Amino acid sequence: MSQADAARQAVEAVYRADSRRVLATLIRLLGDFERAEEALHDAFAAAVQQWPREGVPVKPRAWLVSTGRFKAIDAIRRRARHEASLAGFADELERTAQAPAADDDLSLPDDRLRLIFTCCHPALPPDARMALTLREVCGLTTEEIARAFLTTASAIAQRIVRAKGKIRDARIPYQVPSEAALPERLDTVLHVVYLMFNEGYAATAGDAVTRADLSGEAIRLGRLLLDLLPDPETQGLLALMLLHESRRQARVSPSGDVVLLDDQDRARWDAALIAEGQRLVERALASRRFGPYTLQAAIAAVHAEASTGAATDWQQIVGLYDVLLRAERSPVFELNRAVAVAMWRGPADGLALIDEILARGDLAGYHWAHSARADLCRRLGRADDARASYARALALVKQEPERRFLERRLRELS
Amino acid sequence: MKYLCLIYDDEKVMAGMAKPDADAFMGEYFGFTNDIKQSGHYVAGEALHPVSTATTVRIRNGKVSTTDGPFAETKEQLGGFYLVQAKDLNEAIQVASRIPSARFGSIEVRPIVDYSKA
Repeated sequence: MSQADAARQAVEAVYRADSRRVLATLIRLLGDFERAEEALHDAFAAAVQQWPREGVPVKPRAWLVSTGRFKAIDAIRRRARHEASLAGFADELERTAQAPAADDDLSLPDDRLRLIFTCCHPALPPDARMALTLREVCGLTTEEIARAFLTTASAIAQRIVRAKGKIRDARIPYQVPSEAALPERLDTVLHVVYLMFNEGYAATAGDAVTRADLSGEAIRLGRLLLDLLPDPETQGLLALMLLHESRRQARVSPSGDVVLLDDQDRARWDAALIAEGQRLVERALASRRFGPYTLQAAIAAVHAEASTGAATDWQQIVGLYDVLLRAERSPVFELNRAVAVAMWRGPADGLALIDEILARGDLAGYHWAHSARADLCRRLGRADDARASYARALALVKQEPERRFLERRLRELS
Repeated sequence: MKYLCLIYDDEKVMAGMAKPDADAFMGEYFGFTNDIKQSGHYVAGEALHPVSTATTVRIRNGKVSTTDGPFAETKEQLGGFYLVQAKDLNEAIQVASRIPSARFGSIEVRPIVDYSKA
């Protein structure tokens, strides 16, 4: 391979591995998303030209940051001929660019964390947070994000442009929150990652059960967060995602249909992901500062330990749901607890709890609540009640394989 | 950077407050205003008369049309505002969260356009 080919490959490798880190630093230095993206593009264009001729720099990342910054200063100067207020800004950027410490590799992890916290700022609309994070932190293209959310690239692009506009105009700061605000802000970040994973793991609509790409990005983000900001709940969330991910292969039949936990071939669960998830849960639990994500991961870990559905320690699962409900009151957790109670003490006890939840109206529009009720009625021999609840679930379901699952269950009853 | 904090609350609740409660609430507002004057965040701030005093003006087909009442009927009404000076949105949110009405109503924080930098 010629030196030029090697250099071109080096540019590509650095782009794949480091373009997001360079972007994060450029946003901090230039104070603007659009300007930083332009600078990133210019820096890589310069690398494609110069590296084959002059060799790959010793510190490629630092080279790209510094090149991007000077390209941005040039661009601002060009525009400054028309807009007087920019001239002073270019001068200021140039002055700070002389300080070498700014290019230090040590500041890069902080910049990525800044980028994550800014993209997940609570002042941004929730759907924009996820799109912006996938675009800026994960480096997905607008088209890829649109495919993942079953929408058009222009809709996603508009969402991102609006979010960037709000960051600029309302001046959402580019920083890691202060210690006082950190727990609440980290919650928002973890929630974005969790929703991203869920959307990939249990797609809410469309013709596939799971969308691996979104879950994969969420796990990558979880690992990055744990690297940058080790916190028990970050460990808990990553563990939760890994333990769910370990079942991905077993959750879908070869024909693309849903396979419930009880009917899954446990030999197809990914043992390496389970082991990693379990280690993380134990560490998070040992910290005694854990929260809802760690508790959900602990429940998933109990499932992972059982060789069959029947061998599951349902009593422990019910106990963990009790603790979880004290930490976070959620009707979905209550429903899951009711199902665990049914497995532990029998379908009649579980059914009484589900009827209580449905009577409150909290989950009346949630198809899994009706499907769980139908299943318990079926096991109690109450076929008519089961049919009615499956029909109600079918009226609410939006995802194609889940619809087929419910139709199959309904057919099996008659 | 300047932000306008628009204070929305339910006028009926405010009007229905017993005298000692209303006095205590006003006291909180005086205290808050003093605080942000001392911290340098305060630029301006006023309370508004209730929406029953509002008039909405429009020009349609070249004619001035004047109607009684606010532009939009809502559960919470604009009751007053603060114009504050803050470093960024986080600082503005931090100031807004200390406005006494934030506990009952809501505060809308809007960045002010700075035409000198456009």
